[in-house]
Amino acid sequence: MSETAHGEVQRVDELLDSTLESVDHAEAVVVKAAEEMGFDEEELHKIGIAVRETMVNAVVHGNRYNSRKKVHFEVRRTESTLTIRVGDEGEGFERKEVADPLAEENILKFSGRGLLLIEAFMDEFVTEPRKPTGTQVTLVKRKVPVVTTAS
Amino acid sequence: MSVKLTTRQVGDVTVVDAAGRITLGEGAITFRDTIRDLASKGNQKILLNLGEISYIDSSGIGELVSGFTTVRNQGGVLKLVGLTKRVQDLLQITKLYTVFDVYDDEATAVRSFA
Repeated sequence: MSETAHGEVQRVDELLDSTLESVDHAEAVVVKAAEEMGFDEEELHKIGIAVRETMVNAVVHGNRYNSRKKVHFEVRRTESTLTIRVGDEGEGFERKEVADPLAEENILKFSGRGLLLIEAFMDEFVTEPRKPTGTQVTLVKRKVPVVTTAS
Repeated sequence: MSVKLTTRQVGDVTVVDAAGRITLGEGAITFRDTIRDLASKGNQKILLNLGEISYIDSSGIGELVSGFTTVRNQGGVLKLVGLTKRVQDLLQITKLYTVFDVYDDEATAVRSFA
């Protein structure tokens, strides 16, 4: 795999259908990229869940499984940083309007925990409006360098 | 692999051995249907063994909560046993660890229903 001008060693740009198969596909692509960066099994699991939750939000809540709407999926990998962008073509949402799943009155609700898991598992999690419509989510995971001390 | 659920009886406790993935789609639906079916047939002591669950997403967590309330609404109790570290972490992040009765081993969990 050749390195690009921006220090990227991998670059993925795909337009995915609004299906659960796309969720599986995106998760597999990102986990493979993270594996090649040397993340351990536990980190791979966390990255996989974060990507799955993000993709589910795009497919289910953003595009509402609409076959005419696509999910814009990007992966950028450098030696130390994994960046994932997922854009939907839905109506957009305000993060502050999402009910707090940790509030006592919500603790037994059946849904609404996806954003919480993404935040817990990634180093950066940004949501912004996507033009002309929808939401773009950016996830970043950094590889902490292994420090070795000379004996 | 989606989720595989096997049911067995230990005294008056119904143990559900779950293996695989509980995620949005087939896994979550299978899980929901199984727990609802058990509750509707009058099983009031249900122990869910999650020892072989390799992956669970927020939909799967939602199904655990749904199962818990479904059984409780029928007058029963649903408890958990054999949580992997990954599932434990998820329940801690979501503050559900204190909602469920969680046990390390099956014998202790079964006795707790008495």
